[in-house]
Amino acid sequence: MKLVIINYGAGNIKSIQFAFNRLGIDAILSNDPEEILSADKIIFPGVGEASSAMKKLQETGLDTLIPNLKQPILGICLGMQLLCNSTEEGNTKGLGVFNTNVKRFSNEVKVPQMGWNVIKNLKSDLFSGIKENEYMYLVHSYYAEHCKQTIATTDYGINYASALQHNNFFGVQFHPEKSSLAGEKILDNFLKL
Amino acid sequence: MLTKRIIPCLDIKNGRTVKGVNFVDLRDAGDPVVLAKQYADRGADELVFLDISATLEGRATTLEMVLHVAEQVNIPFTVGGGISSVEDVNALLQCGADKVSINSSAVKRPELVNELADKFGSQCVVVAIDAKQINGNWKVHLAGGSIPTDIDLFEWAKEVEQRGAGEILFTSMDHDGTKNGFANEALAKLSEELNIPIIASGGAGTIQHFIDTFKIGKADAALAASVFHYGEIPILDLKNELKNNNISVRL
Repeated sequence: MKLVIINYGAGNIKSIQFAFNRLGIDAILSNDPEEILSADKIIFPGVGEASSAMKKLQETGLDTLIPNLKQPILGICLGMQLLCNSTEEGNTKGLGVFNTNVKRFSNEVKVPQMGWNVIKNLKSDLFSGIKENEYMYLVHSYYAEHCKQTIATTDYGINYASALQHNNFFGVQFHPEKSSLAGEKILDNFLKL
Repeated sequence: MLTKRIIPCLDIKNGRTVKGVNFVDLRDAGDPVVLAKQYADRGADELVFLDISATLEGRATTLEMVLHVAEQVNIPFTVGGGISSVEDVNALLQCGADKVSINSSAVKRPELVNELADKFGSQCVVVAIDAKQINGNWKVHLAGGSIPTDIDLFEWAKEVEQRGAGEILFTSMDHDGTKNGFANEALAKLSEELNIPIIASGGAGTIQHFIDTFKIGKADAALAASVFHYGEIPILDLKNELKNNNISVRL
């Protein structure tokens, strides 16, 4: 199994690499198109601000490579958001894989949402063995609106899409690498897809 | 629903865990990686490591410790203590820390908060504030609470929120080490005046203190050290009791 974590300079990806190590997989960190194309599975991480992350993708041509990938690819946090049509953060156009838009939480709730919340309405093999209302760790100020590709939802002031799937593209708003045993199970499920 | 977080705090000196009682009289309480794993397994929602090493060698040991924690622990953790530059933060994040907390260095140079938020995102910038009451006014203190300033707690908290802090870790020096409960009045005011999460710290002694800090203090998370380190309050018992009091927790 060749697992590549796309390394485009957006945030802490060590935690993801370590989480896969705990599952017995040595993940490769790379932004090299050939390395990414030859992977069996791909992780598209992302922490930080959307427009500068998108700029980094454009500088390396990854913005055209990623939407055309055929292998299972899992976007995490900002990675998931960048796969949507657009995000209000920095008025950024997304990669357009998920047919939905990313908006900022209203100030009726504390922003960022930081901590453990539940995921429900689970609809994907990605969540095989995960019970409804399982806790996941989330840190984010922007959320994806519901669409037909929603495979999990979470409530925080509003009910939003905390996971999305379109064909081989998966996205999770939460951090499975930081979500204890249940999070590791989801990463393991992704490896087995 | 977003749950309230329980956060054990581990003081680290030269790569080992110590606990300050009122910030002096340190006692050794074990290997940080072993302790961290144990806390993760027993229901802690997050961990905070506070580096109190005074030397560069001590800090280098801490970086190594952070790497080992990140390898083995599957819940988020924050590292604080002695962080004063973008480079310091970069090194910690590269070793796998999820968040950093800055304290005195932000007071000395508030632009640091902006720089960190711009470079790494607000989600990993925790601003720790130590304060105590002087003539009825909450004043920010530096260097582990030993140096008073004229800065008002609430004004400072609002300023760092505007500069991009993702979270406030408020320690009441009046309550820390007393085991008489958290500074709930000040916490509630912070929580009402700010729109970022507030972590309560200082004063935990009983389960009721945690119930109070969530209900009265409106805290988003509660941090404690010795009551957890010495097994006085098992985290699962605490969370069960919080749940019985209709406080949402991860169980």
